[in-house]
Amino acid sequence: MTQEDLTISDPKMKAHSVNVFYGEKQAINDVSIDVGTDLVTAFIGPSGCGKSTFLRSLNRMNDTVASARVTGQIELDGEDIYAPSMDVVQLRARVGMVFQKPNPFPKSIYDNVGYGPRIHGLAPNKADLDVIVERALVRAGLWDEVKDRLAESGTALSGGQQQRLCIARAIAVDPEVILMDEPCSALDPIATAKIEELIHELRGKYAIVIVTHNMQQAARVSQRTAFFHLGTLVEYGKTTDIFTNPRQERTKDYITGRYG
Amino acid sequence: MALTNDHTVKAFDEDLNRLRGLISEMGGRAEQALLQAMNALNSGDLDLAAQVVRDDKKIDALEAEVEQLAVQTIALRAPMADDLREMIAALKIVSVVERIGDYGKNIAKRVALMDQTRSIEAIPLLMSMSNIVVELIHDALDSFAARDAELAVRVTVRDKSVDDFYNSIFRTLVTFMMENPKYISESAHLLFVAKNLERMGDHATNIAEMVHYVVTGERMEERERGDRPEDGAAEQEKA
Repeated sequence: MTQEDLTISDPKMKAHSVNVFYGEKQAINDVSIDVGTDLVTAFIGPSGCGKSTFLRSLNRMNDTVASARVTGQIELDGEDIYAPSMDVVQLRARVGMVFQKPNPFPKSIYDNVGYGPRIHGLAPNKADLDVIVERALVRAGLWDEVKDRLAESGTALSGGQQQRLCIARAIAVDPEVILMDEPCSALDPIATAKIEELIHELRGKYAIVIVTHNMQQAARVSQRTAFFHLGTLVEYGKTTDIFTNPRQERTKDYITGRYG
Repeated sequence: MALTNDHTVKAFDEDLNRLRGLISEMGGRAEQALLQAMNALNSGDLDLAAQVVRDDKKIDALEAEVEQLAVQTIALRAPMADDLREMIAALKIVSVVERIGDYGKNIAKRVALMDQTRSIEAIPLLMSMSNIVVELIHDALDSFAARDAELAVRVTVRDKSVDDFYNSIFRTLVTFMMENPKYISESAHLLFVAKNLERMGDHATNIAEMVHYVVTGERMEERERGDRPEDGAAEQEKA
C-alpha cells in the first residue's frame, strides 16, 4: 500500500455546505467533501444517516423525489451541477449510477449496454456500437461469460452477472464518475468479490463513490472513507486511518460495533 | 471507551474479557517467577528455584492460549480500530511476557551453580534492582489492563533507573572479580542475572510502548521515553 496524501489535489467533485431536505425534514446537514479523481471513496454509516441521500445528490437523482430540496454547492470539474444551465440528462451520463438491486432493462444483454450510447449519440453506426458494447462488457468483467449470448435477455443472468451488466451499462456512456449505492448487498460472497475486483480495476479510469453497509467492503475497496451519522459528515479520511485509528469517538463506536 | 462501552455483539466483549484475563494471569505469573527466582538466589533455596523452572511451562501454555484466542477473534469478529490494535498488541505483549518468564527461569537455573557459602556484595544490589523491575512489569501490565497511556509512559521513563543499576552492578562485579579471582565463576553468573534483569526492564518498556499504541493509536514519541536502554548499557560495557 503506497502512502497517499490526504489532501485531494485533483478533486473530481466538490461538495460545499450541502443540505438536503425531504419536505420539512432535513436529511443532510452542512456536508462538505471532495471526491478524488483517481480514488474510490466509500460512504459508511448506520441506516438513515443520509449517506445514500448525499450520494444521490451528486447526480441530482434526488430531483426525482418531489419533496426533495438541495441547498449548497456541488461541482463537477468546477461546474455547478445545480446551475439552471446544467443538462440533467448529460449530468447523469457523466455521473453514472449503480443501484442496490440489479435492475437490467427487460431487453437483450446487448441492448442493455447499447441503449445509453445510442440515445446519447455516441455510436453513429452499428459497428461503433458493437465496439462500445464489447469494451464496456470487457471492462465490467462480463464479456467472457456473455459474448455468445448477447441476444438473450439481461434478466436471465444471475444476480451477480446482472449487477456487472448494470456496471457495464453505466460504463458504456463513458462517465467520469460512477456512484454505487450498496452494489453488493443483494449478492453472494463470490459475486461480491467479483464486483470488488471490478471496482479495483476501474479505479483510475473513473472516480468511484460507493455507499456500503459492509464495513469490511469499504475497507477492502476504498482509499478514502467518509462516516455519516444523523445527516452529518462525522469524519472523512484515509481508509487505513479510519479503520485503524479513527479520530472521532462516534466513528470508532460505529466501526468497532459499539453503535447502539 | 473500551471498558465502559459494550459491543452490540456481547460475545465479542466476552472474547475480549477472556483475552485480557489470560494476559493478566500470564503477567502475574511472570512477575511471580522473577520474585521467586530472586528470592531463591538470595536464600540459596534450590526447591524454590526448581519450582520456578517448572512453572514456566504454564506461562508458555498461556501464551499459546492467548495466541489462539486472538487469531480466532480476528478471524471471527473482524475487529476494527482500537479493538484491532488491542489484538495486535495482545499478540506482541504475550511474546514479550513469555520472554520475561524465560529470563526468570534462567535466573532460577543459576541458583544451583552458585557457591552458597560465600556472600557476594552484588546480591543485595541485584535484589534492589529486581524490585524495580518487578514494579515495572507490574505497572506495564496494569497500564494494559487499565488502558492507561500515562502510566505506560512513566514505565518507560523509570526503565532508566534499571539501566543505571545495571551499570553500577557491572562495575561492582568487575571490581569484585579482580579482587577475588576464586569467585569469577559466581560473579559471571551474577553478571548474567544483572543482564537478564536489565533485559526484563526493556521488555516492560516494550509492553508500555504497545499499550500507548493501543490507547492512542500513535507510537510513543522518542522524547517521551527515557534514554534508549540498550545504547546506555552497551556503552558502559565497552568502557
